[in-house]
Amino acid sequence: MKPVDQSAAADMFIADVQHERFHDHHLWDLRKGRDQERDQIPEWETLRQLASDIKAHTLTHLADYLEEFERNATANGVQIHWAQDAQEHNRIVGEIFAAHQVKTVIKSKSMLTDECQMRPYLAELGITVIESDLGERIQQLDDDQPPSHIVVPAVHKLRGDVAKLFARTINSDPNNDDPKVLSEAGRQSLRPHFLAADAGMTGANYLIAETGSFVVCTNEGNADISANLPPLHVASVGIEKLIPRIEDLGVFIRLLSRSALGSPITQYTSHFRAPRDGSEMHIVLVDNGRSARLGMADFWTSLKCIRCGACMNTCPVYRRSGGLSYGSVYPGPIGVILNPAIDLHRYRALPYASTMNGSCTSVCPVKINIHEQIYQWRRIISEKQELPLLRRTALDVAAKVLASPALYRRVIAGVDQVSREFPRALIYNPLNAWGLQREIPDAPKATFHQWWAKNRGADHE
Amino acid sequence: MSSRDIILAQVRVNQPPASDLPKVPLFDANLPSPWPQFQASLQRMGGEILDCPEGVHLNALLAQHFPQAKIIASVVPEVEGNFNVVQGEDPHHLAEVDVAVVRARFAVAETGSVCFTEQELVINALAYLAQHLVVLLDVNEIVGNLHQAYQRPEFQMARYAVLHSGPSATADIEGTLVHGAQGVRTLSVIAYQRTPCVV
Repeated sequence: MKPVDQSAAADMFIADVQHERFHDHHLWDLRKGRDQERDQIPEWETLRQLASDIKAHTLTHLADYLEEFERNATANGVQIHWAQDAQEHNRIVGEIFAAHQVKTVIKSKSMLTDECQMRPYLAELGITVIESDLGERIQQLDDDQPPSHIVVPAVHKLRGDVAKLFARTINSDPNNDDPKVLSEAGRQSLRPHFLAADAGMTGANYLIAETGSFVVCTNEGNADISANLPPLHVASVGIEKLIPRIEDLGVFIRLLSRSALGSPITQYTSHFRAPRDGSEMHIVLVDNGRSARLGMADFWTSLKCIRCGACMNTCPVYRRSGGLSYGSVYPGPIGVILNPAIDLHRYRALPYASTMNGSCTSVCPVKINIHEQIYQWRRIISEKQELPLLRRTALDVAAKVLASPALYRRVIAGVDQVSREFPRALIYNPLNAWGLQREIPDAPKATFHQWWAKNRGADHE
Repeated sequence: MSSRDIILAQVRVNQPPASDLPKVPLFDANLPSPWPQFQASLQRMGGEILDCPEGVHLNALLAQHFPQAKIIASVVPEVEGNFNVVQGEDPHHLAEVDVAVVRARFAVAETGSVCFTEQELVINALAYLAQHLVVLLDVNEIVGNLHQAYQRPEFQMARYAVLHSGPSATADIEGTLVHGAQGVRTLSVIAYQRTPCVV
């Protein structure tokens, strides 16, 4: 597959000033909301460490916990399925639905089913899947555009975009772009789908080994309707979502929505342990590269991720580029470190969509060292010769210069001359990315070495 | 080998060196007084408190608060509704309910949450298909924070246990908060002592 050109896609997003500005400001507001919540909880940093440690323990004992979960869930009357990859996941879900003559499915948010490209697969089997989260529904109605953020899927759209889309797809008033009116139109149009669905699907935020139960966190109530109305509930879950005990939820639930949206908790925190009388509950446990990642010394801790999106909200590159520019189900900093393991060639540009400021790492509720993993991916991309020619040449030159102190000093002394005397066309051309969208600052009159020799050199000799 | 066995084998081979499971403290020293804290948290989450003045019957209070409501489905003995919710019945017919009245199993002060299980809801979908949800809460049954909440037996025993923190909400269109996304439009809590069980 052709490599994703994140930078070119970001250029298009940035060119639309109105969208880019709202996106940037709104996501930063979510980050500020997160900080306000953090400041009200004295044990916040302790909770982050606990969350990180609980996840580390679970992942280093994952096989045992998966077996414990399976045993307890089966005893509760839940049917467990195992899928090695996306294809097997889709086949299993298709078979469950075929066995129950399911034609329509009402589904709440699940990044995993997007990762598996489940909707198009089921469509070919004649099964219609309706997304019931408003943001996901907006994206589905917009010609199946992928979500651009893992928590707020349509955050790259403005109210006018939604008004036009709803007018075209669900017959709402094209001249009314009040978010309240539009949300109500969304509610009214989804209600019949809830009532008509043959089956409900959800993801899960946590699987609990101790009880064999799973937890789903939503704000809209859509997951609870999907799970409690039709006689069949299928949940697709990645194997890394396990935690050992119910009491561990105290840590994760306190962190999740505060980190994601700056709210103390999601409106609904739903714990499913066993099916209702007369209904069936199925869980599909999906690997799809996760067990392989567990064996990557530098990258396995990315499996701790609880999908809160805090790293996206704080990332200056994500906020200015929009999630769609990453060309993946998982955008932003977490996507930057998840995707190259899935397809190094396709996602080779993503680790460069970072300023390496480390803000993602600072806000991550499970303390994943995201920016350090970004750096590690850059090393691998360079070793595997996946760097584009221009970047490779530039880095080769830099490597030679930085390896030799004498050469480095000569080059640095010349920089001033470059920015003063070189024609603009040489500095501000497409080959020099640093000259795009910014003026190169004037270099200082003397280098540090020159300054030191002049001002302090004598004292030390 | 089955997919299950292949996945488990691969996980076992790749598991990094073992690390310990930490103890989780309750973080419950110096928690604020539960009922005032619960009210503040609930309001933050978009829920409301309905005061029931002494001598006023709950039926009258609800009639006054929801003048448009035609169908009131009550699953608590304290309120008389006009719609029967029968365990085991098809949940789809609950779509017509205007107001559902249920009792909370317990509440969480930190987050303004009320907990229900399948026992309180009778039919789980009742708490989502109704337009408005009214919750009776015994103020003696409020825990301080989520750590205390997860000590409760409901999460071990119930088939379905849910924390509602205010009504359903969305901010998916330009970040504008709207209550009444796909579930209930409002959630009101009435402080009302649990009637002692007479056997």
